Amino acid sequence: MRSRLPVVLVLPAVIGLVFLLVPLAGLLINAPWATLPAQLFSQEVGQALRLSLICASLATVVCLVLGVPLAWLLARSDLPGRGVLRALVTVPLVLPPVVGGVALLLVLGRRGVVGQYLDQWFGISLPFTTAGVVLAEAFVAMPFLVISVEGALRAADPRYEEAAATLGASRWLTFRRVTLPGVMPGVIAGTVLCWARALGEFGATITFAGNFPGRTTTMPLAVYLALETDPDAAIVLSIVLLLVSVAVLAGLRDKWISGPS
Amino acid sequence: MKRVLVLTLLLAGCGSPAATSTGGDITVFAAASLTESFTKLGTAFEAAHPGSKVRFSFAGSSALAQQINQGAPADVFAAAAPANMKQVTDTGAVTATPATFARNTLQIAVPRGNPGRVTGLADFAKADLKIALCAEQVPCGAAAKKVFEAAGVKAAPDTLEQDVKAVLTKVSLGEVDAALVYRTDVKAAGGKVEGEDFAEAANAVNDYPVAPLAKAPNAPTAKAFVDFVLSGRGREVLIEAGFSAP
Amino acid sequence: MTLQAELRVERAGFTLDLDLAIEPGEVVALLGPNGAGKTTALRALAGLLASTSRIRHNGSTWDGLPAEKRPIGVVFQDYLLFAHMSALDNVAFGLRARGTRKAEANAVALRWLDQIGLADFAHARPRRLSGGQAQRVALARALATSPELLLLDEPLAALDASTRLRVRSELGRHLQDYPGHTLLVTHDPLDAMVLADRLVILEHGRVVQQGSPRDVVRQPRTDYVAHLVGLNFYRGVARGTEVLLDDGGTLSIAEPADGPVHVVFPPSAVSLYPAKPAGSPRNTWQAVVSGIEQHAHTTRVDLDGSPSVLADITTATVAELRLQPGDALWVSLKATEIHTYPR
Repeated sequence: MRSRLPVVLVLPAVIGLVFLLVPLAGLLINAPWATLPAQLFSQEVGQALRLSLICASLATVVCLVLGVPLAWLLARSDLPGRGVLRALVTVPLVLPPVVGGVALLLVLGRRGVVGQYLDQWFGISLPFTTAGVVLAEAFVAMPFLVISVEGALRAADPRYEEAAATLGASRWLTFRRVTLPGVMPGVIAGTVLCWARALGEFGATITFAGNFPGRTTTMPLAVYLALETDPDAAIVLSIVLLLVSVAVLAGLRDKWISGPS
Repeated sequence: MKRVLVLTLLLAGCGSPAATSTGGDITVFAAASLTESFTKLGTAFEAAHPGSKVRFSFAGSSALAQQINQGAPADVFAAAAPANMKQVTDTGAVTATPATFARNTLQIAVPRGNPGRVTGLADFAKADLKIALCAEQVPCGAAAKKVFEAAGVKAAPDTLEQDVKAVLTKVSLGEVDAALVYRTDVKAAGGKVEGEDFAEAANAVNDYPVAPLAKAPNAPTAKAFVDFVLSGRGREVLIEAGFSAP
Repeated sequence: MTLQAELRVERAGFTLDLDLAIEPGEVVALLGPNGAGKTTALRALAGLLASTSRIRHNGSTWDGLPAEKRPIGVVFQDYLLFAHMSALDNVAFGLRARGTRKAEANAVALRWLDQIGLADFAHARPRRLSGGQAQRVALARALATSPELLLLDEPLAALDASTRLRVRSELGRHLQDYPGHTLLVTHDPLDAMVLADRLVILEHGRVVQQGSPRDVVRQPRTDYVAHLVGLNFYRGVARGTEVLLDDGGTLSIAEPADGPVHVVFPPSAVSLYPAKPAGSPRNTWQAVVSGIEQHAHTTRVDLDGSPSVLADITTATVAELRLQPGDALWVSLKATEIHTYPR
C-alpha cells in the first residue's frame, strides 16, 4: 500500500517544479510559432546547432578521459592536501565563466604562459578555433563530472577492489572491470551534467574561443547575439537548443534503462 | 550623521527657485560605453542639484531598451545608437524627441607596441593577422561593417565579439593583432591598448541619443538630467572620455 | 609443502604477532574474540595490508607481494560478488585476470558452478541469488584459480541459522576435496569445530592456545575458550584431591593432582538446591543468583559465590525453585564431574 505523501514535502516540491518550468513556459508562449520552421531549418541555426552538439560531446569526452581518473585520485589516493585539491577542482564552478575564459587566455592564449610555446614550437593557436571551444567547455564542465564520480567512488565499497586483487586482477583491470562498473550510475549522472553544462556554456567559450560562425559560434553565442537585434530569433534558438538537449538526454536515458541491468 | 541629514534636508528645502522642482531619486538607463563618463556626470549633477540622487543601470543598449519596454521604472534612457532609441519610441515608452548628446567614431585598436604592424584599415584583410570585430548585431559591429564597405576592404576577422569590452580584452591580452572599437573604448582601456585614427571612420559616426521616459517616476529631475547631459559641463566630461560633440 | 607464516602487524595500540604453519590439505581455524586480530592476520596473508610479515611456501617467499601476485583465494564475509557480473563471470574473473582465455575460463567456471549445483544460475546476477547460493558462488570464485592458500573470512556469518547448517556441511565437503592450505577465520566455535583440523585461538594479537578441536574443547586454557566451549573454568593449585582456586573457593576432585592446574566442568554437572543438601556430593557451597537465561531446552543460571559458577538446570527445576535474581541457593557438584589438567 502506498502511504500518503506528506504535504511538507509535496508543497515545496511543486513550488520547485513550477519555479523551474515557468520560465520555460514563458519561452514557449512567446515563441514566434509562425516563423519557427523557417528559422529552424535556416543554415545558421543548423550550423550553430551542429557545432554545439559536436563541441559539447567532444568536451564531455575530454572530461571523461581526464575527469574520471582525477575523481579516482581524489577518492582513493592518500595524497597529501587532498581536501585542498578537492576544493580547487570546484573552482571553475564558482568562477564567473568569463573570468574562466580570461584565465584560459592567460595560459593558453597566443601570449599565454603555455600558449606562447604552443604557438612558437608547434604553430598551434587555440583561441578562435573549434578546439578552443571544446577546451573552454571542458574547463567549465569538468567539475560536474569529477564531483559526481568522486562522490560515487567514495560511496562505493573499496573491498570489492580488494576482492578483485585477491583474484589476481591488476589495479588497472580492477579499475576497469570492477570499480568503474560499480560507479557507473555516478559516471552517467556526471556525464549528463557535464554535457548539459558544456552545451549551455557561453562566457568562457566566447571569451576564450571568440565567436565566428561555423567555427566557434555555438548555440548559446548565437542566442546571445540574436538577442541584440531580434529577440524572437533568440527565443527560437533557445527552444531549439532546449528541445535537442532534452531529446538527446531522454534518448540516452531510455537506452540506459532498457539496457541489461 | 544626523546633522548631515538635517543639512541636506535644509538645503533641499531652500534651494534656488530653479531647483525647487527637482530633487529626489532618478534612475538612468545608459549604454555600457557610457559607464565612466556618466558616472562622472551623475556626481556633478548631484552636486549641482542638491537633494537629487542619480542611480545608473549600465548595460547593452538593446537589453536596456527591452527592459524599458517591459516596464522597468527608469527615468532617462541614454542609448549608444538611434536604433536602440527607436525601440522605445516605437512602443511609446519615450514620447519626447530624443536629443543627440555625443558622437563616437571608430578607431583601430592594437596591443601595446603594435606587434602586428597594423597601419590602416587595409591590414584587416590580411589572413595571417588575428582580427577581432564586434558582431554585426551590436552597434560597434554594425559601424565596422559600414566602414569596411566604404573603404572597400574585405575584412577577415577571426572572431565577432559580443561587445566592445570583449574585443578590448582580446586586444589587451595580445590575442589579436587589431580590432575596430570606439575611441572612447580605447581611451577607457588605458595604456594597454593603442588607438589609431583612420580616415574612413567618418563613414560610421555613432550618435548617442538621450531622452526622458514618458512614464518617468520623477519627470522634473529626469528632464533636468537630460538638460545637464546636453549642457557645456556635460559636453566637457564626454569629450574628456573620447566622445566628440554632436 | 608446509606454508609457513610469521605475521607481524603493528598498529596504534595493537600488535599482531602470529606464527602459523599450515600443511597441504589442512584446514586451520583462527578463532578469537572481536578485535583479536583474526581479520588482520587474514589480510596480512592475502597481501591486502602492509606488514613486515614473512610468508614462505614451496621454496618461495611472498614477502612484499601485492595481493594480485599471491596464489590465494579469498571468500569474504559478505562474499563481495561483483554485482554487475553474472555468476559465471564472477567465477571466471580470477582466471581471466590471470590471463586465461575467455572460452577456457568460462568452461572452468561453468564446471565449478555445476559442481556447486548452480549451473542453472550461470547467467544470473548475484542479487538474484539466495544467501546460500551466493556463498557457494563466492567459494567457487575463490577456488576456480586453484590457489595454494584458501582464506575464508567468516564464511557463514551472513547466513541465517537454517541455511547455515546446510552450507556448513557443504563447505566442509569442498574443503575436504581441496588439496591446498586453508585458513578459516571465525568467531563461531561450531564452524571451527566442524570445519577445521586444527584450531588456533587468538587473543590480543597473540596465540593463546592451539590444538585439535577435541583437545581444545576438553582442555580450554583461557576464559574466552572456556566460554566458547561452554565450560566452567578456573585456575587453581591442586594438592591431592583438593584444588585451591585462585579466585577463592576450594573444590574436591576425584583424581588426585599436584601443582598449578586448570579446572573445568560442564554447567550441566551443577545442581541447585534451596537448602544445604545432605549426602554424597563432596562439593557444596552457597551462591546467589545473578542472572537467568533461557536456552533451548535448559536454563542457564549465573551464580555469584566462591567460586562463581554457571549451572544448566531443567525448566522443571526452575519452576520448582521459583528462581529469581538475588536468591541464595546451595550449589552441589560431584567430584567425578570435575576435570583438571596442568597449567
